[in-house]
This record gives sequence, C-alpha cells and structure tokens, in this order.
Amino acid sequence: MTLREVKDLLQADVLTGQDLLDLEPSSFCGSDLLSDVLAFTKEKTLLLSGLTNSQVIRTAEMSDLIGIVFVRGKKPDSATVELAAIKKIPLLATRLPMFEACGRLYQKGARGCSEIK
Amino acid sequence: MSGEQPFIEIKRSIAGGDFAIAGNISSETKTILQQTGLPPVFIRRVVIACYEAEMNVVIHAYRGTFTTQIYSDRILVVVDDEGPGIPDVSLAFQEGYSTAPPHIREMGFGAGYGLSNMKKCSNQIAVDTRVGEGTRVTMVFYLNSSP
Repeated sequence: MTLREVKDLLQADVLTGQDLLDLEPSSFCGSDLLSDVLAFTKEKTLLLSGLTNSQVIRTAEMSDLIGIVFVRGKKPDSATVELAAIKKIPLLATRLPMFEACGRLYQKGARGCSEIK
Repeated sequence: MSGEQPFIEIKRSIAGGDFAIAGNISSETKTILQQTGLPPVFIRRVVIACYEAEMNVVIHAYRGTFTTQIYSDRILVVVDDEGPGIPDVSLAFQEGYSTAPPHIREMGFGAGYGLSNMKKCSNQIAVDTRVGEGTRVTMVFYLNSSP
C-alpha cells in the first residue's frame, strides 16, 4: 500500500511530501507516545499520531519512519511542517480519529510492526 | 579502550529545557554518520540512542555536553549533564519507570523507556551519576556486532 492509497483511504490532506506519495510503508503504527515509537517501531513504518509537536518529526527522523499521518483533524505549525520538508518526511492529515484511521488501513491489509518480520 | 584517536569527534552543548532545538544534535550526528557511509541499520540504532540521551538532558537536566567519537570499528557517545542526578539507577533502567513531569508526558515522552531503549540499541552502556550534581552516560556501538 502506497502513501497515495493511504491518503485516499483516509481522505487526508498532504501537508508536505507530495512528491513522495509513491513510497510504500513496510509496517504501520498508531501511537501518541513517542517513547513507544522510538522503542518499538521498525524502519519504513508509517506513524499515525495525534501529536503534532516538532519532536514527532525528530522521532520520525531518528527512527527512519516513512511518514506521519496526523489524526482527528490535528495539524502541526508551519515550522514543524518545514522541518519535515527539509528531512523529506511526508506529512498527511486526516479528520478521522485514531481508531477509525487505523481500522480503515488494517482492513485494507496494512499491518503493525509486531506482525512483520 | 586503546589510546587510538577517533577520526571524527563532534562535541556540542545541550540546553536543558529548550524543546525548540531538542533533537538537533542527534540530527546532526545522523547526517555525519550518513556521510561516512555506515550501514543505515547501524546508524538507526546509534541515533535512536543519541536522541533518547539528548532528550533526557533536555527534560531532566540544566545543561549538558554531547560528545561523539567515530572510530574505525565503533562509535563512542558520552553525554554529560549538570542536573539532579539519578537516585536509583537500576530503577531508572526499569521499563515504564519515569520521573518526567506531566508537560513532558503531554509531548509524548516520559513513558519510561529512555534508558532501557538506550541499553537495547547500544553494545555497552554505563551510567555514572551523583544526586544533586549530574549524570554521565557512556555508550559504545560496535559496527560489526549486534546489540
């Protein structure tokens, strides 16, 4: 599943990384705990989160995440979007709450970090 | 450790409580490691541990220094801070144990995985701490050895 398909499934806006939508996450994670993301995700994971501070971008950068989807209508400030643009981390934003966003993706075959090798 | 010199040394100051620039040192470290052509999987575990250590100083201490030395077979990271110190180091290594205040938890940190994750990512970790004075965390990452 590409980021473009994720965007369509979640009716999401692209905040940055329009040119990176052909990337394909190898796993998916929904979390508002950056400590968990740092400790338990794998590289090329797509993170769904309600957190919008700049440390989410830093966490994605260090963990080699493939991108971030902000859920329940939340959007980061312009400096945070700019940081993601510099680091080439695509950012999507959906109005769906976390559970429904994860559910839609899972239903279409997206799998979590503990389910992949 | 032998008396050999690192071929790259990076030394930076960390400002306690400054979340706007928190993570910048780890980000710079990642860029430098990428330029050296090290494997991405290795870089990932180094910079995750660096970021956890950098955030610990920003969250808990007043100020600190972050030193990274790159050798042919390993990377040595030493993070020194002036801060409250850690009263019980074994407790601090325990997953889920955290003394982070509520505003840190609201940012997504403070789940109590910092030190245990640094241990998981590194090949060796040592924590020297004095309550009321500060903490030194030393981590070694061997290039050809899984943590």
